[in-house]
Amino acid sequence: MLKDRSAIVGVGCTAFAKNLAESELELACGAIKAALDDAGIAPREVDAVASFTQEETPEFEIARNLGFGELHAFSQVAHGGGAICGAVGQAAVAVAAGVARTAVVWRARKRGDPSKRQWAAVRARVSDHWKWSRPHGLLRPVDEVAVLARRYMHEYGLTREQLASVALTQRAYANANPGALMRGRPLDLESYMAGRMISDPLCIFDNCLESDGAAAIVLTSTERARDLCRPPVLIHAFSQGMSRQHQLMSDYHGADPLRSSSWATAANLWRQSDIGPDGLDVAQIYDAFSPMVLFCLEAYGVCARGEAGAFAAAGELGPGGRLPTNTSGGSLSEVYLHGANLLVEAVRQLRGEAATQIEGARACLVATCDSTPNGALILRR
Amino acid sequence: MIEERPLPTTDEPVDAAFWRANLEGRLLVQTCAACGLARHPPRAMCPDCQSMAVEWRAASGRGRLWSWAVPAPPLLPAFAALTPYVTAVVELDDYPGLRLVGPMLVGKAGDMAGFDASALRIGQAVQVGFSRIAEDVALPGWRLADPQ
Ligand SMILES: [Zn+2]
Repeated sequence: MLKDRSAIVGVGCTAFAKNLAESELELACGAIKAALDDAGIAPREVDAVASFTQEETPEFEIARNLGFGELHAFSQVAHGGGAICGAVGQAAVAVAAGVARTAVVWRARKRGDPSKRQWAAVRARVSDHWKWSRPHGLLRPVDEVAVLARRYMHEYGLTREQLASVALTQRAYANANPGALMRGRPLDLESYMAGRMISDPLCIFDNCLESDGAAAIVLTSTERARDLCRPPVLIHAFSQGMSRQHQLMSDYHGADPLRSSSWATAANLWRQSDIGPDGLDVAQIYDAFSPMVLFCLEAYGVCARGEAGAFAAAGELGPGGRLPTNTSGGSLSEVYLHGANLLVEAVRQLRGEAATQIEGARACLVATCDSTPNGALILRR
Repeated sequence: MIEERPLPTTDEPVDAAFWRANLEGRLLVQTCAACGLARHPPRAMCPDCQSMAVEWRAASGRGRLWSWAVPAPPLLPAFAALTPYVTAVVELDDYPGLRLVGPMLVGKAGDMAGFDASALRIGQAVQVGFSRIAEDVALPGWRLADPQ
């Protein structure tokens, strides 16, 4: 029903920086207009949008600024870093089912300003599930992931040197990407090991950037995509996923806290896909914190359980490796846009126009935040 | 950004009994009155049998370190003032598989500030302790158990 029936036909980004002058609305407009221009589609033809519940600009402001036509489908997906594939997937379902014809998905963020960090907005009294961790000192997402990372290190023998290879590999990709924040900032193991701890065992280089920018994609039916100027990137398979008894970010209470929602997403994704983990040429995996990349490599079946650290340390995530991953530099070294930049990079890889192009890339996994309810896509050309 | 340490609400039906017991130095675990399933955090309904009848059972407060983090700035001002501190996830001895988050405590006052993480190891035995940080909140935390 869904398989290969819709396609991404346009991508657009703003500049990425620590601090941009434009508002989030202006950034969103710029990225969406760029994506529509890339697709060769007029704004008036857009009849569906999907975004994040955490997006500060409502969809009607986007529609009336850009001059969209009458909308027939609009949705928002929750849980920040877990949301981008769900937003794309829900738009793809609407297009594949014939409810809508042309959809836009975007994410605009100004996060360089410290007041925009969500954890800084915690209230004096916590009434939701965070009451079981935040008053106790697990304040930020990095603290919540640090707990899982330490346990994983204990269970599987992951070393900090192995973990470093995620950050170092992605930094090398960013150094080759003219649009990346860290394009001119090489990183070596010595500097990584000397980096200050943010939440031991995670150091500053295991954390995503704090940055401003926006990214957008345009999606339409595969039939229509064949008549457009850019090579279509097909939505081959999609799933969202939430594990049984899941608890957002601080998911320590289930039978196996290291079995995240990604495992639920992965099983249902591969069920629908003609391409399996061995058929991937490239991957874009949400990386607000570097251990998430390793966790996802195992959840999605690229590595056996406990082997992702050795896989990364052997260079398998790099340009010549078995699964080049986060090839733009990702959230650690390109820009932090809740994973929207990873989606754009997936499209660029499959079009053959990435800064570090993986030769002959035909199939790409895009996976979102391991520690939240999440989603994933298999894209192919 | 708040200046003080964030506190849990303690007056909600689903978990008020937990917080009330903390004030008396007791650790309780919510269990299903119909099927006996122990669960934490507390739920309004049992995910196994869908009963809404609950019992609160005492826990010994003994447990093992499952994992921990050592948060460092940037933090809320109230937590920055406590660094170095350690927040641990502990699996309870008498409720296997049931885990609670709490700070590692130092000294008799139940202070979490200044805990040295260097000697901790996963699986280490701990005992619950409570630090009174508001009129209605005695937050559970963990002390290293006396060596046997
Ligand atoms: Zn029950």
